[in-house]
Amino acid sequence: MFDLEWILQNLPRLLEALLVNVQITVFGYLIALTLGLLIAIVRRVPYFGAVLHAAMEFIRTTPLVIQAVFVFLLTPAFISPLTVGIVVIGVHYAAYTAEVYRSGIEGVAKGQWEAARALSLPVSRTWGAVVLPQAIRKVIPALGNYLIATFKDTPLLIAISVAEVLTVARQIGSASFRIAEVYTIVGFLFLIVTIPSAILLRRLERRYAAV
Amino acid sequence: MDFLIQRLPLYLDGAWVTIQLTIGGCALAFVLAMVFGIMGTIRHWLPRAIATVYVEVFRGIAALVLIFWMVYALPQLTGYQLADTFAAIVALGLNVGAYGAEVVRASINAVPRAQVEATVALNLSWSQRMRLVVLPQAWAQMLPTFGNLVIELMKASAVVFLVGIVDLTAVAQNMREATGETLIAFIGSFILYYLIAQVFIFGMRLLERRANRKLGRAVPGGGGLLALLKPEPVVTKSGVAK
Repeated sequence: MFDLEWILQNLPRLLEALLVNVQITVFGYLIALTLGLLIAIVRRVPYFGAVLHAAMEFIRTTPLVIQAVFVFLLTPAFISPLTVGIVVIGVHYAAYTAEVYRSGIEGVAKGQWEAARALSLPVSRTWGAVVLPQAIRKVIPALGNYLIATFKDTPLLIAISVAEVLTVARQIGSASFRIAEVYTIVGFLFLIVTIPSAILLRRLERRYAAV
Repeated sequence: MDFLIQRLPLYLDGAWVTIQLTIGGCALAFVLAMVFGIMGTIRHWLPRAIATVYVEVFRGIAALVLIFWMVYALPQLTGYQLADTFAAIVALGLNVGAYGAEVVRASINAVPRAQVEATVALNLSWSQRMRLVVLPQAWAQMLPTFGNLVIELMKASAVVFLVGIVDLTAVAQNMREATGETLIAFIGSFILYYLIAQVFIFGMRLLERRANRKLGRAVPGGGGLLALLKPEPVVTKSGVAK
């Protein structure tokens, strides 16, 4: 059933496509990290913050795949599906990371804010030198989990025909009729990426928990 | 607005499929999470190893890849074809069950050591200890994260339209193709997804409150049912939100 020669022949194409998944993960995650932090800070503004929170709640309770299809259909044709996919994944996960940052910011002791106030630090220094360094440090493991989660959501972009690994696997499968092989390989490829990253993350977690 | 009201039955059909997938997937995930989660706390290495393998494998593969495998690869390998909806439920359940097992394991391990020692002092058997002392306390700890997982499973179920199941996402697509109205067609599905999520969140909070009451813990924010609608502080330290 499993023809090793055939697998080796097609593996390079799949690995190349897997790089697209990695690319989507990296850029999407970078958007999520920066946008999420911005949202977590802006959320503290009265009224506007509440509206923003409701919008994030909506993004978090509706599926990523329908969001991707929806945005893809509404964007002009010259924007590539890959870009749309990266942005949608980035914004979706920003809704999650914003909550993570928020819990970190709320975990900073009140005395720290008061001390910054007493020293009459400007707002930028209060955030940049006092609050955020403490807040972010605490939430690094939680943020790390979302990196793996982002990676596992990248095959959803098959819905908007991004040339990622599952899309390519489907093409290979329908051209060769070796459907079982090709999807099994994709499953293994995912494990090869996610299991080592999970182990790495656990080590990171332990390191930050120890400090 | 008329657009959506006229087509409401179709949307509700799609929503019903989504709800079925969610409930079916959650039921399977719950059983798997309990079994493998408890196995993960047993001292003997064999059950622990089995639990670890289950968790790492099914947490590591994307739910969509698992669904594709179940629907397209499994029939070729075994000659048996599952009904598409059933295959999707199994894939979603296996995937989310792996996350759940970690939650169960962590919650059981978080029960204070003295509680376990007390059961030993009282000469309770392993099953008595689990049933009467450890699980009721771990249960209250699991529920908030389980609530997140229910929503995650509901959201993950949206990918089933890619294997031809007509769920809420598929309805949005069909509506758009039939009418050319992308915006309205999708907004209908978005709203329904949001509402379904809110209902599940509310239900999980009810369960949570009941679990805490049974342990004699005070319910924060007073008694009334309306208190459940208030957003709760999000706990991210558990690290299993997704």
